[in-house]
Amino acid sequence: MDLIEFSIKTATIFVVFVLTLLIAMYSTWAERKVAGFIQDRMGPNRAGPGGLLQPLADAGKMFFKEDFIPALANKWLFIAGPCLAMLTALLASAVIPFGSTFRFDGHEVNLQGVESNIGILYVFGVVALGVYGIMVGGWASNNKFSLLGAIRAASQNISYEVAMGLSLIAILMMSSSLSLGEIVSQQHGGNWNIFYQPLGFIIFITCSFAECNRVPFDLPECETELVGGYHTEYGSMKLGFYLFAEYINMFVSSAIISVLYFGGYNYPGMDWVYTQLTDALGTQTGHNVATLIGTAVFFGKTLFFIFFYMWVRWTIPRFRYDQLMNLGWKKLIPLAIFNIIITGAAVLFLKPVITAWLN
Amino acid sequence: MQLTNRSKQVSNKEMTLMERAYLPAIATGLAITIKHFFAKKVTIQYPEVKRYLGPVFRGRHILKRDEEGRERCTACGLCAVACPAEAISMIAAEREKGEENLYREEKYAAVYEVNMLRCIFCGLCEEACPKQAVYLRHDEFIPVFADRDQVIWGKDLLVEDMNNRYTREAWTKEEARVLDLKRASGEISNVVPRAIP
Repeated sequence: MDLIEFSIKTATIFVVFVLTLLIAMYSTWAERKVAGFIQDRMGPNRAGPGGLLQPLADAGKMFFKEDFIPALANKWLFIAGPCLAMLTALLASAVIPFGSTFRFDGHEVNLQGVESNIGILYVFGVVALGVYGIMVGGWASNNKFSLLGAIRAASQNISYEVAMGLSLIAILMMSSSLSLGEIVSQQHGGNWNIFYQPLGFIIFITCSFAECNRVPFDLPECETELVGGYHTEYGSMKLGFYLFAEYINMFVSSAIISVLYFGGYNYPGMDWVYTQLTDALGTQTGHNVATLIGTAVFFGKTLFFIFFYMWVRWTIPRFRYDQLMNLGWKKLIPLAIFNIIITGAAVLFLKPVITAWLN
Repeated sequence: MQLTNRSKQVSNKEMTLMERAYLPAIATGLAITIKHFFAKKVTIQYPEVKRYLGPVFRGRHILKRDEEGRERCTACGLCAVACPAEAISMIAAEREKGEENLYREEKYAAVYEVNMLRCIFCGLCEEACPKQAVYLRHDEFIPVFADRDQVIWGKDLLVEDMNNRYTREAWTKEEARVLDLKRASGEISNVVPRAIP
């Protein structure tokens, strides 16, 4: 790998990192704004125009609070908890394809931190690690509520990961590739997976709600039962990191949903736009502008799903623990398996018929 | 006996498949919340926009003057006696020769202080006053204290300004509405409430 390529990769990773943090930061603002609007309130509007400086104010407040560690807590694990949560949340955004490619001086740069041929596996691995942050923090707090919250988080994540993986298999059967870039480019134009996998999409989005510990599956931190759940003992910026990690996870899973089911940076009529732009601006600039439009479309989809997360949060009440487990094991997993069978049959029998008919 | 028609018999019946699928119910819920998302907000942006509190709201005190601009208070102390929070204190003085244009009665309050931290705005001073001297304004609040020496209000803040007299024309909501309509049509014009120093 030569130096230019290396520096380009470093720059892309850095940009992805900053973007992730920025979006997560403003998700906290958007969450409060959306909550307010849905409840007929205004939401934060005092710090800066429209409350736009609210995330900075919140972060400032978090930093200046007392950084407290309980006497009987396991000190190092107590600190490691939020670090792990943050780390694993940030790792996942590396493989997300934000756009197609940039061209300059004969270089072609993927708008993707790392183009990995096992992208989706990587995301799964990292997301599965995410529960460690919660588990470690909850256990190290030496508090019954924290431990209960952590146990709930662990069991919930494990249960829903199964259904999530199974719903993904249907996608993989269609794409026959684990690479996120490959999966996106197969959904070229308006040929999105959601039209082939509506059931798989519903299972996947339900599971990603559970994986992100968002309402209606926010049992690990439910205030009514567990005080604060796994972060009962946390304060100051350590608590801030836990909450921030949740928002980063939300962004990552929204991005994954739009990549897997909504065609990522693809949009209907993109070929027409591409030829118009390359005709007007030349091959290089036209290509780059088309890529930027695709990236904007991708972020539009992602931000819509972040909004959807919030919308659902302020609509649906929390599930009871047994309902959560029943839904995961008795409904979603059989449905996901059924979906796999249907997809397999369609790929085997229906696809040749349809392609033959279309040709 | 039935109080409303909204009561619903609680039942323990099995849910239908449609109900157990959750999704239709969730979609209904989402539709309701998105309707609220775009609905007009009921918030009143408080410090910028103030709401009319009604004609009988009990705000800050005022020491009235009569039509000739003489202070009505005669320092009888009935307001201080009536005050359940013991917020009012005064020092009486005798009117000198040549001060007849300043004080209506032969005795007046040289010092009249209301401790606004103690005051509970019950309006008993208003009721006790035999000279119609002390009133609680319906249109002005006590502003937020920034310092301790802003807590006790003396005569400089309490006595009525003759250029901006306080009148309470309406005593009920209906009267207030009639007045508001008149003011809107331009039939009567009111002076702007003075700013509190």
